[in-house]
Amino acid sequence: MAKKAKLSEMTDMFKDMDILSLEGVTIEGDVEIELNGLGGGFDPMLAALLGQENAVLAQHFARLASMFGVPVGIGAPAGVPAAAPAVSPALAAPKLKDLIPAKFDFENIAEWANQIQEVPIGNTSADGGSRGKRVMLGGEKALPFFPDAVMPNRNQVTIDVFDMRIGLAKAVKVNYDEVMDSPGEWAKKNVEKFNADMITIHLISTDPLIKDTPAKEAAKTVEEVLQAVDVPIAIGGSGNPQKDPEVLAKAAEVAEGERCLIASASLNLDYAKIAEAALKYDHDVLSWTQLDMNSQKELNRKLMKQCNVPRDRIIMDPTTAALGYGLDYAYTNMERIRLAALMGDDELTFPMSSGTTNAWGARESWMVSSPLKEDSDWGPREYRGPIWEIITGLSLAIAGNDLFMMMHPTSVAVLKQITQTLFGSIEAEPVDIANWIGAEV
Amino acid sequence: MKINSPLEAYKYLPQTNCGECGEATCMAFASKLIDRSGKTTDCSPLIKEKKFAKKLAELDRLLAPEIKEVEVGVGERAVKIGGDDVLYRHKLTFFNKTKMFFDVTDTMEEAALVERVKNIANFKKFYVGRHLLLDGVAIRSVSNDPAKFAAAVKKVAEVGIPMIFCSFNPEVLKAGLEAAKDANPLLYAANKDNWKEIGELALEYNVPVVVSAVNDLDALKTLAKTFAEAGIKNIVLDPGTCPTGKGMKESFSNFLKIRRAGIMGDTEIAYPIMALPFTAWMAGISDPVSASYWETAMAAVFTIRYGDIMILHSMEPYATIPEVHMAETIYTDPRTPVAVDSKMYKVGNPTADSPVLFTTNFALTYYTVESDLSSNGIDCWLLAVNTDGIGVEASVAGGQLTADKVKDAFDKSGFDLKKDVTHNTVITPGLAARLQGDLEDKLSANILVGPMDSGRLPGFMEKNWPPKK
Repeated sequence: MAKKAKLSEMTDMFKDMDILSLEGVTIEGDVEIELNGLGGGFDPMLAALLGQENAVLAQHFARLASMFGVPVGIGAPAGVPAAAPAVSPALAAPKLKDLIPAKFDFENIAEWANQIQEVPIGNTSADGGSRGKRVMLGGEKALPFFPDAVMPNRNQVTIDVFDMRIGLAKAVKVNYDEVMDSPGEWAKKNVEKFNADMITIHLISTDPLIKDTPAKEAAKTVEEVLQAVDVPIAIGGSGNPQKDPEVLAKAAEVAEGERCLIASASLNLDYAKIAEAALKYDHDVLSWTQLDMNSQKELNRKLMKQCNVPRDRIIMDPTTAALGYGLDYAYTNMERIRLAALMGDDELTFPMSSGTTNAWGARESWMVSSPLKEDSDWGPREYRGPIWEIITGLSLAIAGNDLFMMMHPTSVAVLKQITQTLFGSIEAEPVDIANWIGAEV
Repeated sequence: MKINSPLEAYKYLPQTNCGECGEATCMAFASKLIDRSGKTTDCSPLIKEKKFAKKLAELDRLLAPEIKEVEVGVGERAVKIGGDDVLYRHKLTFFNKTKMFFDVTDTMEEAALVERVKNIANFKKFYVGRHLLLDGVAIRSVSNDPAKFAAAVKKVAEVGIPMIFCSFNPEVLKAGLEAAKDANPLLYAANKDNWKEIGELALEYNVPVVVSAVNDLDALKTLAKTFAEAGIKNIVLDPGTCPTGKGMKESFSNFLKIRRAGIMGDTEIAYPIMALPFTAWMAGISDPVSASYWETAMAAVFTIRYGDIMILHSMEPYATIPEVHMAETIYTDPRTPVAVDSKMYKVGNPTADSPVLFTTNFALTYYTVESDLSSNGIDCWLLAVNTDGIGVEASVAGGQLTADKVKDAFDKSGFDLKKDVTHNTVITPGLAARLQGDLEDKLSANILVGPMDSGRLPGFMEKNWPPKK
């Protein structure tokens, strides 16, 4: 059954639809148009009035146009009928129409009001010593590199020197082989070639189970290093709790006035003797505990209350376990210590130091290949070792560590680069990353 | 999570102490809900009975993590990202460790592409009794050609690990989606220019999608909000990862700001964050080892501070091994015990002639030694000495590992060196060498000093076992 419509009706319909004319269509006279195939009961007028079925109506317009000889659909000349585009916005209307504006707010955390103690290491001539510079640790008012409060002092790296030839991972040893018999030359190389901010001299030969070097003789090594370089130095013992207090006290004496960092006072040795020597000869004390925040508080308290060590002479070493070997505990221990300090715990408000070289104890850093058959290939160890030390240290820098005791020159360079980048002191040409997807790599 | 005490969760439970969840009381179950070791679905009355439906819905809302959880991929290797409730891991733990996706391009030769994808899928690194893995593949459309991209997607999809589709061109992404229907890939990315088309794709194919605005948090939030209002549930944020200088500092700050706002309750930006250590390769570092180191350093920084998923390039083991270890380090639950039981363990099938070793009860040490022995087929007795969960070197220095402690452990384990073995010999860890003399006295046994690292035990055993008379 065919419906019939008069052109006048169509014109009225167009008026209702806000369509003024069919472009390119010329109609002369009062012509009757037959609309075919509309199915039973379809009433275009009604559809229009109901304000729906736009798409269906558009099809009829298209048919209308084609009846008048105007080509429609694919290949239709541009700009001819309004019909063709009207076909496509078919059915489901898009859900995304306009952006819904939103503003991002960021507030500083007020409870980070407490400041970490600033502790200097090294006396210049102005301070009564002979160091060419002094390094300053601490002073943070927020977690490291956080935008709440700018860190006043960057991280520092001290490179290890030993008072005797020792076993080292091959990748480390190649850098020091020719200076390992002379602590002075070793220290010089660390500063001149490897950019050390400080030197740590470890007096390990004093251990009764190693060479049992007398304290007096060990002190000569300290003098040698002090003369070889003018950066601040840290002085470490052998780790023997019976011998260390005597060795460190003697070392403190020969280094009088240089404000060295004496490493370490701990709960399992005569920390009072070490603290006393440090105070008497103008040095700082490294307060070392093992992965336990409460022990750290206890030792710090003892150093301050029993031994009268002033606040600006204490640095903490809460122990560094290597990546894959307990770094999860070391990381959280440091982060908790730093957060507690920032939130007001006065017994923890000190800069921290990390024995980052512990990373070289991890088998991944030195072993030729995995001892486990099912592991994927580990690749060359000379590349594995340095990155193990970097990542171990870097994670602790983010947790709140200030001073790094390190060994591998590449590790030192990369750790400094990345921590100073986060600190904000590295200028670099901006890299346009917008089109990283297509980057040639 | 909107609530933090078991009491608050208890209010929504049936309070019948039926025990079906495995806990004796509803209050005990409430504690598990709060520390997220239990789920509401473990409470069958709550799930099954209609009268609890309202309470269940409310409880689920209250327990939902502050940061939305998003799933990428399907099947066994599907990954979840986000889901965190705290800014510092010691306050609870971080959930869903950072996922590492490695790139391929749609311009790679097919054989090279397939090989790389297999290497990504098959990588494994032993750690504490299991393996660390890589998580997925990011397919970069370098060609910008829908057909080429679809072909690459088909090849990658065959391997069956999660995928990220990378292109700003909606036609390319659509071709990829058509090629891997039902693989639930993550779309990267909707930005200020293409957001309408990409958003429609995410809706049409019901897949997670990244919104990207480099160094513009207002724009990022605007995109996220717009998508959320349109009904897109699974959103990931890309605030840009600049590889150098002040740009990198700014990127780092942006990650901190977004996560802090999300945890503090700004739900419009409480989504997982994507980091792109890949950009290290655009920083003009000519030597590939140095570029790789930089990428690994960036990966570590953004693993620690709130990157939930990342795209990387270097597949060199010196880069990937520390990356997967760092994710494990930061996302290990600090609340779980660090020690194994102090007792005598059998490794393999030891006899009276088998060696006797000891180590500490620190889980990391114990599992490392145990796996070195078992994977090399060494049948032996391994005593875990109680050192309060401290490793060998530190416990010797700190006095938690002494000859007395070792003797005590032997006594408590009921193991008799004179009767249970024929050789009366004990192998100490190399790092406890200084205990040798004391141990000889205390145990009245022969003491062999083992290697400094248990990875060298196989070679050590060849030379030193059985012990010379």
